[in-house]
Amino acid sequence: MNTELKIATRQSYGEELEKLGKENEKIVVLDADLSSATKTNIFAKSFPERFFDMGIAEQNMMSTAAGMATCGDIPYVSTFAVFAAGRAYDQIRNSICYPNLNVKICATHAGVTVGEDGATHQMIEDISLMRTLPNMKVMCTSDDIQTRWAIREIAKIDGPVYLRLCRLASPVIYNENQKFEIGKAIQIGEGTDATIFATGITVSEALKAKELLKNDGIDVRVVDIHTIKPIDKELIIKCARETRKLFSVEDHNIIGGLGSAIAEVLTEEEPKKLKRIGIPDTFGKSGKAMELMQYFGINAENIAKTIKEG
Amino acid sequence: MESIEDLKNYAKRIRKGIIQAVYYANSGHPGGALSVADILTVLYFKEMNINPKDPNMPNRDRLVLSKGHASAALYSTLAYRGYFEDEELTTFRNINSNLQGHPDKNKVPGVDMTTGSLGQGLSAANGMAISAKLHNENYRVYCILGDGEIEEGQVWEAAMAAAHYKLDNLCVIVDNNNLQIDGKISDVMNSYPIDKKFESFGFEVMNIDGNDIEEIIKAFEVARNIKGKPTAIIAKTIKGKGVSFMENKASWHGKAPSLEEFNQAINELQ
Repeated sequence: MNTELKIATRQSYGEELEKLGKENEKIVVLDADLSSATKTNIFAKSFPERFFDMGIAEQNMMSTAAGMATCGDIPYVSTFAVFAAGRAYDQIRNSICYPNLNVKICATHAGVTVGEDGATHQMIEDISLMRTLPNMKVMCTSDDIQTRWAIREIAKIDGPVYLRLCRLASPVIYNENQKFEIGKAIQIGEGTDATIFATGITVSEALKAKELLKNDGIDVRVVDIHTIKPIDKELIIKCARETRKLFSVEDHNIIGGLGSAIAEVLTEEEPKKLKRIGIPDTFGKSGKAMELMQYFGINAENIAKTIKEG
Repeated sequence: MESIEDLKNYAKRIRKGIIQAVYYANSGHPGGALSVADILTVLYFKEMNINPKDPNMPNRDRLVLSKGHASAALYSTLAYRGYFEDEELTTFRNINSNLQGHPDKNKVPGVDMTTGSLGQGLSAANGMAISAKLHNENYRVYCILGDGEIEEGQVWEAAMAAAHYKLDNLCVIVDNNNLQIDGKISDVMNSYPIDKKFESFGFEVMNIDGNDIEEIIKAFEVARNIKGKPTAIIAKTIKGKGVSFMENKASWHGKAPSLEEFNQAINELQ
C-alpha cells in the first residue's frame, strides 16, 4: 500500500470513464448538476454529445437512463450516493432493476467521509438499499487501481450495477498487475488471529490497523470485499475457519451493509461470532472526514483498538 | 389503409378484450383502460411505425404506457394487432401468465417499457427520444400519462427535461378522464389546467376529444410536424368509455365485473 499517493475513487472514476468513452461509443453519461464533484465533467469535456446534465432531478435522471438503456446505450449515471440510492430508490427499483436494464449507477460521496456537509449528505444506507434489489450488483471499490478496473468491468456486464465511490482521497493499495474479478474478494495477509473484512474507504484503514496490531503481536488478515453482491461466500467461509475472530468494518450503517451481508453468509454456512464495526444506527454529523472516521471508530487506530479488546 | 369506420370497430374489439381480460382475472383496472382504448387503437393501427413480427425492430416507434394500470388496454391492442394470441388475454394477472398486472417489457412482445409505479414513464420515454437523436434515428416516442398520474412530481422533472432537450420526436398524451381512485381530479388533487402547465414547460399543446378517432388521428399528424419542442395532447376522455354502467364512475377504476355485468358489457360492445 502506498500511503504517500492518495487518490479519491471518484477521481479515478472520472478519469477512467473518459478513457472508456473513447473506446466504447455506447457509453453515455448522465449527471444531476454535480459533474464537477462526481468527476463526470472529464467525460463531458471530451464527449459533450454523449453527456446529459439532467439538472437537480435525480428521479427523472434514473428513469431517463433506463429509457436510453432500452435503446442499446450504456448509461453511467452519477450523483451523490444519498440522492442516487435514497431519493431515486423507486426509480432504480421499478425503472432499472425490475426490467433488468443495463444502467451503471456510479454514486460518489458515500458514507460519513463526505465530511463537513453533515448527515443530510452522508449516505450510510445505500449498500443496504441497493443489495436488496433483485438483479442489482453492488460494488464498493477501495483504491484507484481497483476503481479503474471496476469502471471497465461493469461495462461488460449486461444489467444494473451500483458502484459506491468515495469523496475522500485514500491510499493506493494495489499495483497495476493486480487481478480482480467481480464477486471475488481479495485476501491480504495470512494472519490467523483475526480477519478484518472491509470495503471501500475502510480497506486502507484496515490495512493500517493490521500493521499497528503487528506491533502488539497480533497477526490479522484483511479481506477487501469490493463486490458486496454477489458476495464471496467461499472466502468468508474459509476465513471463518482459518482465523480466530471475525470483524467487519464499513463507512455505512452497521444495519444492512457489509457486516450484515457477511453475517448472512456465516449464519447459514459457518456460524461464528462477527463484530460489526461501522456507523451504529445513527446519523452522521459535520466534521472533517478523518475526524468522523475516528469519531465512529472506523479509522485504523480505533479498528486496532476494537480488535485488541474483542 | 384503415378507414375511420375500421378503426372504430377495432377500438370496440379492443374494449371487448379489456373486459374479457379483467373479467377472467377477476381483477384489474377497466375504467382507465377503456378511456384510453381509442388512443391506443390509432397509435397501433395507424400512427406508429411498428412490426408485430419484429417487436424489437430497432427503428420502430415506441410507446410508453406510463399509466401502467391500463395494461389490459395495451395487451388487448397488442393481441389484436398480432403480437400474440387473443386467447392469452384470458390469462391476464394469473400466476403463470406473461400478462402481469402492470406491463413488463421482458415478458410481453410489443411492450417497450416496464411501467407501473406512476410518474416514471415520461422520463423513460425521454431517454428513448434522446437516444434516437443521439444516433440520428428518426423513430418517434409516444407516452401516455394519466391525469391523476401527473400529480407525481417526477412527471414535471421529465416535462422540463423534454423541453430542455427539444425532444420534438416525443409526443405525450394525457388521458384526461377526470377521475382518480379517490374521486374527481379537481377534488382529490387538482392538476388543472393541464394544457397551461405543459405549455409553460415548453410543450406544443393540443386539446382534443380523446375518444374521437378522427381528432386523435389529426392531432398525431400535427404533432409529427412540430419542430424544436415536444408535443402534449390533452385528450379529454370518458373513464369506462363504451360500457354504460362504467362510464364516469371512479368506482370502476380498479374492479372486475360480475358475470351479469360482463355479459351486459360485451353486449354493449357488439
